[in-house]
Amino acid sequence: MNKIKSLADLKKLKEEVQSKIKLREKGDNPDNLIQIKVSMATCGIASGAKDTMNYFIEELDHQGIDALITQTGCMGFCYAEPTIELTMPGKQPVIYGYVDKAKAQEIIDKHIKLNELVDGIIPVSYKTIDE
Amino acid sequence: MNELALHILDIAQNSIRANAGLIEIRIHEKPDDNLLQMEIEDNGKGMSPQQVEQAANPFFTSRTKRKVGLGLPLLKQNAEQTEGSFQLHSEENKGTQLQVNFGFHHIDRPVLGDMAGTLLILAANEKQAEIKYSHETPKGQFEFDTRDIKKELDGIPLSTPEIRKFLNEMIRENLEQIQISE
Repeated sequence: MNKIKSLADLKKLKEEVQSKIKLREKGDNPDNLIQIKVSMATCGIASGAKDTMNYFIEELDHQGIDALITQTGCMGFCYAEPTIELTMPGKQPVIYGYVDKAKAQEIIDKHIKLNELVDGIIPVSYKTIDE
Repeated sequence: MNELALHILDIAQNSIRANAGLIEIRIHEKPDDNLLQMEIEDNGKGMSPQQVEQAANPFFTSRTKRKVGLGLPLLKQNAEQTEGSFQLHSEENKGTQLQVNFGFHHIDRPVLGDMAGTLLILAANEKQAEIKYSHETPKGQFEFDTRDIKKELDGIPLSTPEIRKFLNEMIRENLEQIQISE
């Protein structure tokens, strides 16, 4: 059986990673990065926002695309969870609703790589009837 | 929500929103006493007695974006369904403590779920709140403290893919070691 990982192993890994990071850091201004915010309140979590977020993290890492992926609170589009806000460098943020893994893949393939908008955008001007 | 990890991810966001500096999450598995206990304690801004009273009401929320707040009510319902209990204490400007008990052997008890994923998402929160997680079962104990990790990492962000992957495996393996259920 393999030894389970501990903090001591982390120290070793850190040294390996450190040199790679230095190379990456040059372009590490948040304004130059693709930013994805995943809405993660009760509504989002219950609809699978965690899986969506993990999928974005894994897939973008796998494809070697640098992006800043964070969680955020409820954006008020509970009916369309999981929702994400995608900001391409120098562009206005765009909100997508119903982002499951298939949708996430489509967003990566089309919007992030080719800069083509994908179906499912929630218009900024949309308000619930009550407001 | 059918995983404890999802509930924790959800409830701990309340602590982050309350500007907590430290969030302590404790899980005790006591199969012999038919008890699975979950405690979440923070040092955030706390709630007024009125808010505490209303917190488990689904139609109460401190948000303005929507009119319902289901996080705590869903957790309470899940606990009570397994013949468990739900206790919330809070003091303004001191912090909030939540203790939830589940019937360990009850068929409706939520499984632990992807705790590693939850902890990693929480650890990378934008307000820099520290997370201390401890998990105790009859087979052993596991502790995870973001302060220790950050000290070790010395400025490398937790969200770095290699670090994330390592931490994910570390939490998973350690929890598997002490896991008795599932």
